[in-house]
Amino acid sequence: MIALTGKNQSYVLVLYGLCFPLIHVAHAQFILKMAAVQGGMGDADIKTDIKTEPSADGFGNNNANDGRVLSASPGSSSSTGSNKQTAAVTPEDQQTLLAVLQFLKKNKLSESVEILRREAGLPENSLDPKANESAGAGSGGAAGIVDLEGGDASSLLSRVTGSSSAGAQAPTKGTFICGGKKDQPDVSVVLSAYSQQGDPTLYKVYYRDLKKFIETVLDCHRAELSQVFYPLFVHMYLELVYNNHESEAKAFFEKFSGDQECYYEEDLRILSGLTKKEHMRGNETLLDFRTSKFVLRISRDSYQLLKRHLQERQNNQIWNIIQEHLYIDIFDGMPRSKSQIDAMSGSLAGEAKREANKTKVYYGLLKEPEIELPLDDEDEEAENEEGKPKKKKPKKDSVGSKSKKQDPNAPSQNRIPLPELKDSDKLDKIMYMKEATKRIRLGPDNLPSVCFYTFLNAYQGLTAVDLTDDSSLIAGGFADSTVRVWSVTPKKLRKVKSAADLNLIDKESDDVLERIMDEKTASESKIMYGHSGPVYGISFSPDRNYLLSSSEDGTVRLWSLLTFTCLVAYKGHNYPVWDTQFSPYGYYFVSGGHDRVARLWATDHYQPLRIFSGHLADITCTRFHPNSNYVATGSSDRTIRLWDVLSGNCVRIFTGHKGPIHSLAFSPNGKFLASGATDGRVLLWDIGHGLMVGELKGHTDTIYSLRFSRDGEILASGSMDNTVRLWDAMKAFDDLETDDFTAATGHIHLQDNSQELLLGTYTTKSTPVIHLHFTRRNLLLAAGAFNP
Amino acid sequence: MAEERRQKHCSVVLPTESMKAMAESVGVGQLQEDSCVALSEEVSYRIKEIAQDALKFMHHGKRRKLTTSDIDNALKLKNVEPLYGFQSQEFIPFRFASGGGRELHFYEEKEADLSDIINTPLPRVPLDVSLKGNQSQYIYFLFFCIFFSNGIFNFYSVLVCSSPAHWLSIEGMQPAIPENPPPATKEQQKAESTEPLKVVKPGQEEEGTIQGKSQGTTTPDGKGKEKGLIRLKPRSTHELSVEQQLYYKEITEACVGSCEAKRAEALQSIATDPGLYQMLPRFSTFISEGVRVNVVQNNLALLIYLMRMVKALMDNPTLYLEKYLHELIPAVVTCIVSKQLCLRPDVDNHWALRDFAARLMAQSCKTFSTTTNNIQSRITKTFTKSWLDDKTQWTTRYGCIAGLAELGSDVIKTLIIPRLAVEGARIKAVMEGPVVSNIDKIGAEHVQSLLLKHCASVIAKLRPQPDNVDQYRTDYGYLGPMLCSHVMKARTQAALQAQQVNRTTLTITQPRPTLSVSQSGLSGSSGPRTPSIIKVPSSLTLMSPRPGTPSQPSPPATKYIVMATSAGAASTQQVITLSSSQSASPVTSTVPSATSTLQPLVKLESGSGAGLTASRPLQKYIVVSLPSSASSSLETKSSVLPTSISSSSLDGGMKLERSESPGASTQSPH
Repeated sequence: MIALTGKNQSYVLVLYGLCFPLIHVAHAQFILKMAAVQGGMGDADIKTDIKTEPSADGFGNNNANDGRVLSASPGSSSSTGSNKQTAAVTPEDQQTLLAVLQFLKKNKLSESVEILRREAGLPENSLDPKANESAGAGSGGAAGIVDLEGGDASSLLSRVTGSSSAGAQAPTKGTFICGGKKDQPDVSVVLSAYSQQGDPTLYKVYYRDLKKFIETVLDCHRAELSQVFYPLFVHMYLELVYNNHESEAKAFFEKFSGDQECYYEEDLRILSGLTKKEHMRGNETLLDFRTSKFVLRISRDSYQLLKRHLQERQNNQIWNIIQEHLYIDIFDGMPRSKSQIDAMSGSLAGEAKREANKTKVYYGLLKEPEIELPLDDEDEEAENEEGKPKKKKPKKDSVGSKSKKQDPNAPSQNRIPLPELKDSDKLDKIMYMKEATKRIRLGPDNLPSVCFYTFLNAYQGLTAVDLTDDSSLIAGGFADSTVRVWSVTPKKLRKVKSAADLNLIDKESDDVLERIMDEKTASESKIMYGHSGPVYGISFSPDRNYLLSSSEDGTVRLWSLLTFTCLVAYKGHNYPVWDTQFSPYGYYFVSGGHDRVARLWATDHYQPLRIFSGHLADITCTRFHPNSNYVATGSSDRTIRLWDVLSGNCVRIFTGHKGPIHSLAFSPNGKFLASGATDGRVLLWDIGHGLMVGELKGHTDTIYSLRFSRDGEILASGSMDNTVRLWDAMKAFDDLETDDFTAATGHIHLQDNSQELLLGTYTTKSTPVIHLHFTRRNLLLAAGAFNP
Repeated sequence: MAEERRQKHCSVVLPTESMKAMAESVGVGQLQEDSCVALSEEVSYRIKEIAQDALKFMHHGKRRKLTTSDIDNALKLKNVEPLYGFQSQEFIPFRFASGGGRELHFYEEKEADLSDIINTPLPRVPLDVSLKGNQSQYIYFLFFCIFFSNGIFNFYSVLVCSSPAHWLSIEGMQPAIPENPPPATKEQQKAESTEPLKVVKPGQEEEGTIQGKSQGTTTPDGKGKEKGLIRLKPRSTHELSVEQQLYYKEITEACVGSCEAKRAEALQSIATDPGLYQMLPRFSTFISEGVRVNVVQNNLALLIYLMRMVKALMDNPTLYLEKYLHELIPAVVTCIVSKQLCLRPDVDNHWALRDFAARLMAQSCKTFSTTTNNIQSRITKTFTKSWLDDKTQWTTRYGCIAGLAELGSDVIKTLIIPRLAVEGARIKAVMEGPVVSNIDKIGAEHVQSLLLKHCASVIAKLRPQPDNVDQYRTDYGYLGPMLCSHVMKARTQAALQAQQVNRTTLTITQPRPTLSVSQSGLSGSSGPRTPSIIKVPSSLTLMSPRPGTPSQPSPPATKYIVMATSAGAASTQQVITLSSSQSASPVTSTVPSATSTLQPLVKLESGSGAGLTASRPLQKYIVVSLPSSASSSLETKSSVLPTSISSSSLDGGMKLERSESPGASTQSPH
């Protein structure tokens, strides 16, 4: 007991100390550490040369800057805060300019501010001259705060000028120095808008005014304009908190938090805990909210309505926030309905911009390798006894896949280099083809059977499961850091003999592969030790020779299934790695974790090949597209992103989930993506059009696994609520193709047909379903740990 | 918008006192109030932050419970040294106590006897994670592939039963095997029985969908909507699978058979097995028919077994018996009020059965009585009616009173106490009048002690403190003086118990004996362990099987603790203490026996005689007798040493005897 309190106390003291800028040493160390982490990432960025070029697209901008924002550098973060047209100005110049502007503003030289800005071509607030005036007035009103920050601003100025006079330094390095010294200016610059505030007591009035207005507008506009509430609410609250109006902030929160949509509950909970300016520092969620603009889609009419109202009312406070912190994606046409909006909203940073999903995605499948046909024939000739009709089928299938080689949506075969097929792979392909001929055609009238593998005595410790494609091995990752592999077939697991014994083997013999195995080590299961934290992600390589595991200890490990030892520990994430997966063609794998970036690795490189950054919160799950050219990541910022492996760019952003996403599955034809989240809903996405195409409601708890049947007719979902549910995927996608896509607008009409699509619910006794797998013959295997 | 769904986001802040206390604990004295406030706000915020991070780890760990390791991991994220060493996964080990204006949270630590620890067998080694039966699984898989479309269905379900990788569904239908959950949960059963006409909404009842599918009546997707409209309440099938039939046979045979160990196992199975829903109608018919036959044959033992089955069924958390009460209640009531339940009413202890059944009745009243079925009032009416009848026999009379008394203190207050004078007169007539028959006399005695037992505690609460014998005599007639003494005893008991709060909770945490006949595990409204549990009747039994520890896979050696009292002076507390100390440590049985001064008035109801139980060598009886003189001294002693009652009560006057007599029941010289 005493020990506990003592620990708490010391911890508290340390934390408390951190919050005073007086304790420079600890603070600086902390920041340096952060910078180092991000720096590693930045270096890799440059080395791999993926996507540091500033793209015109706002999200691209964010991606590029994200790392530097995290490293607490004043310059780059302010550049993020500024408008995107400034991308033309070089970062150094921009830093200087901004600092000068800041300084002038602080000294109330508003005229020179204007002039300088005009000369530099900085369009800030140019849309609305009134806002500028009010800003000036506001800063007058908040003189105390300005005084407080005056010193910081000037010190920033001197520092920035100093570094820029030193010549063209590497920008990253410069920022590190700045960040290491002090991070007080950082917050003030990032939040400079927050300091220009009016009377704190008026916030309620402003908000209530707007609320009243929106409630009285025409029905068709109301739903659209209501979207403004949440981001406004958050920013106003943060402004109050930032300016130390604690009691007003609390009152504001209490009064209006109840009005927000229920799916923002989680964020509101975090927000409610935050009542002090000191808290805002280091809170990643908030950092994201400030640095990334909340995206809203509003029709032109509704937007005009809002704008007129705010200008009439001289409601500059709100107008400022809308200008600075929101990105309003205006479209022409009919305003959207409430249900349409609700379907798409819910993510941490609003909806995806329309242009974010315009890039062409090659979602088609790769052509099957040529070697197959002759081998296949040979094989069938070998077993001539089998009936002729059977022979036809595989041919047809293979021919069918061959005919798709002209698929205009498929990427070119060598868009990304793929490993060459080995002989063993070819054999496996043949096995696959053979099994495929025996595959059961599934459908609503022909449901798959479900075979459940229950892990007994796991004591709540089973955290990840994977099965090999041929369903011969099952692996489990456990909270006690172990990785265990079981053989599901009578074939036992054997290790390779030791080096000394291997020397004795006749290397010329035909069964050399058999001879290298050590019979003495045969057992049904093997345990592999190496991680130092719970194993959250696990994945077999397609050739069954390797196993990947990702863990809380920040590493991804590659294990050999021949020696049952660890081969490589891929370091880079530094924070828990939530998920990892092998590419369907092997060699590459992807991992994603708490550090909010997904990394693409190749097994023979100890450093990542690509870093996909852009998510605003932890990456919770990662999946490879069947053609291996794309990677999908789901995150706790409630978005799904699709990344191009070739360029490293984010090519799709899907919003609509209301909770962290824990499972993803691509349909076998590569056209669709299914995602499951803590909110118990499965959403279906059309990758080509970048649209949500379906919503499957029924689960009552987090969905941890999703899997399409081998031919894509059935979608199986497994959840924490101890059920496996089967959905009619064919119907879900068929219905939709008859619809005319409103791809241009991106507005979707979802029909509520979950009930018709639900084909079956199978409850386990008390076993959460954490993995699903269709065998090559379409038998559904499910796995979970019995949890009495 | 969504106001009603939203719970308040209140910002909870730790109290500043805690800050002070923690500061003091690390040697920082006199923390200023301002710093305390600032600290507590900061700490609260950080704790929330950590809790939110910990939640992440819980989600990724695929758990519903937040564990200490999640918090450790969240701390690691923040580069803070985790609090290693807190690995309790299941519960917070603190107990709360208040008193003297102080509130305390403390570790609950039992005193453990070293010899106990040495002598207890080692616990089973925790099992490793397993995924067994792989090979067989594979074979089935092959079978499955070959024969599948033939629909040889039962064959598979039987085969796969032995393999832990089980079929969750076969071609869309969930097979009824032990690995799968029972087809209907308790909530569904309840809903079905209480609201049979409720329209099953499509979308809320997946169960219906599946059944519809499985019966092959479904149509392809096109007609989905009509299906929702015309869906009928699914008729429950009463066909049992082969396994279920086997199970039913085994269970019923064991329940009424001669082997006590088997019976215990069977009853345990009935009380815990989740998949009995489909067999419920059979069980209820079995019980009802069994009672009907055995009452006529006066087979006391079998009636007891059947009542224990009822108890086990009621204890099963997955069963909802409402639909079968029409069979069960008559059976139970028969066992309460029947004129004759045994062959030799003067010797056999049918009273215990009546008590037990009365308690069952009270329990079912409490659980199932609703405004529509009115069970409680109907039962009360039945009991009262036959009690008021002058011609009623003493046995029935006893049953009626017992049944009423178990319904709670309110019933006692309104129905029994006003009748005490009349009843007293009747008893007096038998006791002091000319000897009619021995049976009547015994009956009257029992009724008397029953009335005293139940009424004393209620009267103790009703009447003001000074207990005047004369006053009692005028109020309650013949029973007055005895009541008076009982009430006084009840008061001292209550006072004693008030002092021993600590121990009371301890006794509650003991695993409850599942099959106790005379220990009142069901005393509901009369408060926890009030003296009303005292068994005044001169012969009584307490059967408490050792709680089956997982470390003993062998058939559990059922042990009985038989508590004897000479003049009805022993308190239940002693009984409980004894039973708990027994179940905790077999070593206590080494207390030397001193039977010379004992007047063992105990009769053990075990099995139906020596002949039946003789085959069991492991049966052990522990007979505890209490000399009449010792009871008072014991009470004083326990009041002196309230916290360590288990040892002191053993030393003080309590004699313990353990006889390893196989199959023999200790007969009381009655």
